[in-house]
Amino acid sequence: MAEKTLDVLIIGGGPGGYTAALYCARMGYDTLVAEKLSPGGQMVLAGFLDNYPGFPEGIDGFELGERMRKSAERFGAKTVFEEVTAVDLAATPKRVTTHRGEYLARAVIVATGAEPRELGLPEEKRLVGRGVAYCATCDGPRFKGKRVVVAGGGDSAVTDALTLSRICEHVTLVHRREALSAAQAYVDQLEQAGNVTFIGGAEVVAIRHDRRVTGVTIKDTRTGETRDLPCDGLFVAIGRRPASDLVLGQVATDPEGYILADETTRASLPGVFAVGDVRTKAARQVITAAADGAAAARSVAAYLRSLPKD
Amino acid sequence: MPIRTVSSENFERDVLQAEKPVLAEFWAPWCGYCRRLGPVIQALAEEAGEGLVVAQINVDENEELETRFEVMTIPTLILFREGKAGQPLVNPASRAEIDEWLSAQGIEIR
Repeated sequence: MAEKTLDVLIIGGGPGGYTAALYCARMGYDTLVAEKLSPGGQMVLAGFLDNYPGFPEGIDGFELGERMRKSAERFGAKTVFEEVTAVDLAATPKRVTTHRGEYLARAVIVATGAEPRELGLPEEKRLVGRGVAYCATCDGPRFKGKRVVVAGGGDSAVTDALTLSRICEHVTLVHRREALSAAQAYVDQLEQAGNVTFIGGAEVVAIRHDRRVTGVTIKDTRTGETRDLPCDGLFVAIGRRPASDLVLGQVATDPEGYILADETTRASLPGVFAVGDVRTKAARQVITAAADGAAAARSVAAYLRSLPKD
Repeated sequence: MPIRTVSSENFERDVLQAEKPVLAEFWAPWCGYCRRLGPVIQALAEEAGEGLVVAQINVDENEELETRFEVMTIPTLILFREGKAGQPLVNPASRAEIDEWLSAQGIEIR
């Protein structure tokens, strides 16, 4: 498969990846996006976006992902639905292995995004789809009229609890700290919901189940006392982690695993760039990911011009 | 081949008695994960050629099929061969997972 060398290979087809693809392809570079599942990345599951400019009525995340793919393909960028399994970013050209083949590229843009952080309980993975969930807008409808627990205390946990309060009979929000760290406006809505109980200073330490989730065990963070909360579902909303496992050890990352790169998106190895949620940055939004894509294309162009002609 | 829509009415004929293996996706229109899987299901249908039929079963309209095959969460993929259901694949996170699952059941899509 690796008969010719691409100018740019982009790992990940979210807003950062496809904006980079649009700019690179439009500059005439031979550009390929390797996407493991669906154009759009995390925004596919986000539902309706109200904070991406240019869409006064809002836009569906899946739809926006498809539009970004088409924008890039208009200028000749290509997509393969393949999962990247290994990379050699120090090689010349760079080598990218997927589950179906191998590619060579002069420059690589890492646009792998982030994914929900897990509680790390031994039974958690097995119970995904059997009561354990990470996306209230996606999985909430399956819990109509049921009792659920939400783990977490930030904006995403509280908005998840609000979403679920409209669907479920009862919602219990369990947070390690005494107080919620979510915006006050959300907390106020939570109090008005009427069917949400907040338990602060406690953490979920076990998931009880037969074939499906039947409850959780929570532990008081001060006294260490445990007790059982019966429920039908557990929604985990304790933040996100960068999807950088693929490149760990090859480019510099911060202690949390985000790829170290400034606004030029240049990572610590020449010809490697990081865009979107996987990069060290202050605000992780669809629009900031897209902005990274545009900046990356400029850095890629400068890098490709600096290479000796072959 | 285009994706085939399967319901309780044509399930017996189009899935259980089908000559070719049938990859059935249990899904529903409101399901975000199902939408996310959409482009890959489409690609599978296009790449499968003559050896495999790709089908979709809407669980909201076909609850008895959902119950019969113990579909607890969607999307769930089940490969039917000679009238028998294989091991289900629940909410795959990548095309690679689907390819691997198909390959374990003797189907290679290249």
